Amino acid sequence: MAAEKQDRKKNKAKSAEKKGDRSKLIEVEQPLILSSSPHEYTTDSVPRIMWSVVGALMPATIMAVYYFRWAAVAMIIACTAAAVATEAILNRLKGDSLTVKDGSAAITGLLLALTLPPGFSISGGIIGSVFAIALGKQIFGGLGFNIFNPALLGRAFLQASFPVAITTWTNPSTAKFAGIDAVSAATPLGQFKFEHILTNYGDLLTGNIGGSLGETSAIALLIGGLYLLIKKYADWRIPLSFLGSVFIFGGIFWLFAPDKYPDPIFQLLSGGLMLGAFFMATDMVTSPITPKGSWIFGIGCGVILVIIRLFGGLPEGVMYSILLMNAVTPLINRYTRPKFFGEVRA
Amino acid sequence: MKFPTFKKGVHPKDYKEFTNTKQIEFMPLPDEVFIPLQQHIGAPCEPVVDRRDEVKTGQIIATSDKFVSSPIHSSITGKVKAIGTFRHPMGSKVPMIHIKRTGDEDEWETMEPITDWQAASVEELRQRIHDAGIVGLGGAAFPTHVKLSPPDEKPIDSFILNGCECEPYLTADHRAMVERTETILTGMSIIMKVLGVKNGYVGIEDNKPDAIEQMQKQTSELNLDFDVLALETKYPQGAEKMLIDSVLSRKVPTGGLPMDVGVVVHNVGTAMAVAEAILEGKPLVQRIVTVTGEGISEPKNVVARIGSTFRNILDYCGGLNEKATQVFMGGPMMGIAQSDLEVPVIKATSGIICETSKRVMQFDSTPCIRCGACIDACPMNLLPTRLARLSEMKKIDEAADLGIQNCIECGSCAFACPSHIPLVQWIRVGKFRLSEQRSKQAA
Repeated sequence: MAAEKQDRKKNKAKSAEKKGDRSKLIEVEQPLILSSSPHEYTTDSVPRIMWSVVGALMPATIMAVYYFRWAAVAMIIACTAAAVATEAILNRLKGDSLTVKDGSAAITGLLLALTLPPGFSISGGIIGSVFAIALGKQIFGGLGFNIFNPALLGRAFLQASFPVAITTWTNPSTAKFAGIDAVSAATPLGQFKFEHILTNYGDLLTGNIGGSLGETSAIALLIGGLYLLIKKYADWRIPLSFLGSVFIFGGIFWLFAPDKYPDPIFQLLSGGLMLGAFFMATDMVTSPITPKGSWIFGIGCGVILVIIRLFGGLPEGVMYSILLMNAVTPLINRYTRPKFFGEVRA
Repeated sequence: MKFPTFKKGVHPKDYKEFTNTKQIEFMPLPDEVFIPLQQHIGAPCEPVVDRRDEVKTGQIIATSDKFVSSPIHSSITGKVKAIGTFRHPMGSKVPMIHIKRTGDEDEWETMEPITDWQAASVEELRQRIHDAGIVGLGGAAFPTHVKLSPPDEKPIDSFILNGCECEPYLTADHRAMVERTETILTGMSIIMKVLGVKNGYVGIEDNKPDAIEQMQKQTSELNLDFDVLALETKYPQGAEKMLIDSVLSRKVPTGGLPMDVGVVVHNVGTAMAVAEAILEGKPLVQRIVTVTGEGISEPKNVVARIGSTFRNILDYCGGLNEKATQVFMGGPMMGIAQSDLEVPVIKATSGIICETSKRVMQFDSTPCIRCGACIDACPMNLLPTRLARLSEMKKIDEAADLGIQNCIECGSCAFACPSHIPLVQWIRVGKFRLSEQRSKQAA
């Protein structure tokens, strides 16, 4: 608008200064808006992407509620609310415009809740959510500037602070009848690592196993993950290379020592791998922007995961594998520039 | 069926329905025209007429002896009222010749038609194309005779006629292919004779089935050996490098020209102008302009004289309606917003789009979430988000390392960005800064 005013002023000045200039003929009947091309835009927007991710998490959320009932409901609501509230308060304190409507804080809260064991204390979940948003995201400048996936950073913080509580699991079938605190059970990965018991695939797929709220049912996670891939809200290269490298790299160990190491399908279906591969590694902000970078990122995650699972002190390594790859993402971006159209590299 | 195409790009809604069935109409003669002395890439022309001179339609009014230039003709019969600077659709004020129509006569000064063009020499044809002031009518306005004079060390084996019209809204080329098929194909044959090439291709996006059918039918009726291809409707299909990739799977090397891969590309409008210049001796004094959008009362495809004001043309189409808030010259992806409707139609004006704020969204951009949508959109395989950021931070050398100069400014990145970051706009700034810096270093 300011440009138009200036234009009109200039026109007036010019018409006074020079005869024959037709600017004096100009009568602006309705001011025209100036803008720089393109003048057409995609209908996609950041809030639409973020809320779609929330939607894609719904199957897993519903399964969590089905298996763990009120414990799941309470944890999910508490973590999401705490994340959104922290974001709003920090927006206010920093004098920024409110960004909670873009849905990213809700994702962080929901994702964190889904990574916690069913019997974990609600106050612990809230602490984790506040940490995730405050120190995982807002301290870097908010959405788009964070280096690590906030939900995973929140979980890493909880793992460091409450190491026992965060590895205490409840079996869904017992939880349904006897309540969440009744019996503690091991996760399939833990069972394998420490007791060498292999859980059957059917239970792994439907989620009738011990584990975090949202990581138990591989099918529910796959449905949501495929939705994101179809909508192109997640880069297909990352889950493919992540899962693929776990399958291949884990499979190599299994081939050499089948009684010492779990088979690759068990590797794929157990633990937080599905949740991590489809919803956390694919976090746009903290994964590489280049296609080649996405492959490297996914393969890196897979290799680190297998190493932690097979040789580390912990039964599960999804969280650390993604966080470690988050850290090298800027470096990956730098060294994976795509070839220009028509470029011939020497 | 899967149509040939290039990699990446975007799919904006095409909005062709406003005018894609509207017959081309001839505008009544304008009362006055403002003809810029430079309507092409290259050296500007010097006026060869004076104030108060009588001029005829088609008479040369400005010319240059430089090779990369193109003469300018009067588009009406009248009197030169002034030679001065007037506002140009590109935004600045530039030298123009202002001609007022004197009577109702439209007296043409044409050149001798070359009816037997098959027997004419290549030099004669090329000279005629130069004399007729023909430039690329797709939008770039590069002098056609220059493109038809490839150096000997660059042998040309293929010619592609560009009928993609990949910009949304525009239908000028589409209607020309439906209504003026034979003229276009003759122009194409002439161009191929000048270039001495045997392989002729026509690339048309598959959202113009009637044009594809018409062109294929006429090609076989005229016994021409051209390959009329339907291509995927995808932006920027009509960009020269993308089109060559789609049709011939050849990639123009970075920083190179189509002739580096043995190809010359011309727009259908250019081919039509070539045929008219050769067969009728008519210089380029008019062109088809699509007047369209939600903001215009009667969307039309019109033949307008070069130099007619936008207002004159919009009035012919019933004028802007009360909803109109923006007027662009060219398509919505690369077109230029206008503040003043007294600017003239130039040789590169393919359309005038009148839009309402309902359609044209005004956004505040939010931070980049590194989703990579711009990277998936960029047909030149660049990293738009990175380039835009570097340009904003004035890190021009780093941007040059990442290939900012390869950007064709198609706008796909800014179209695709969910954060609505003005990516191509920043990249344009960066390119400008780079060329400024390079010319400073050279000096």
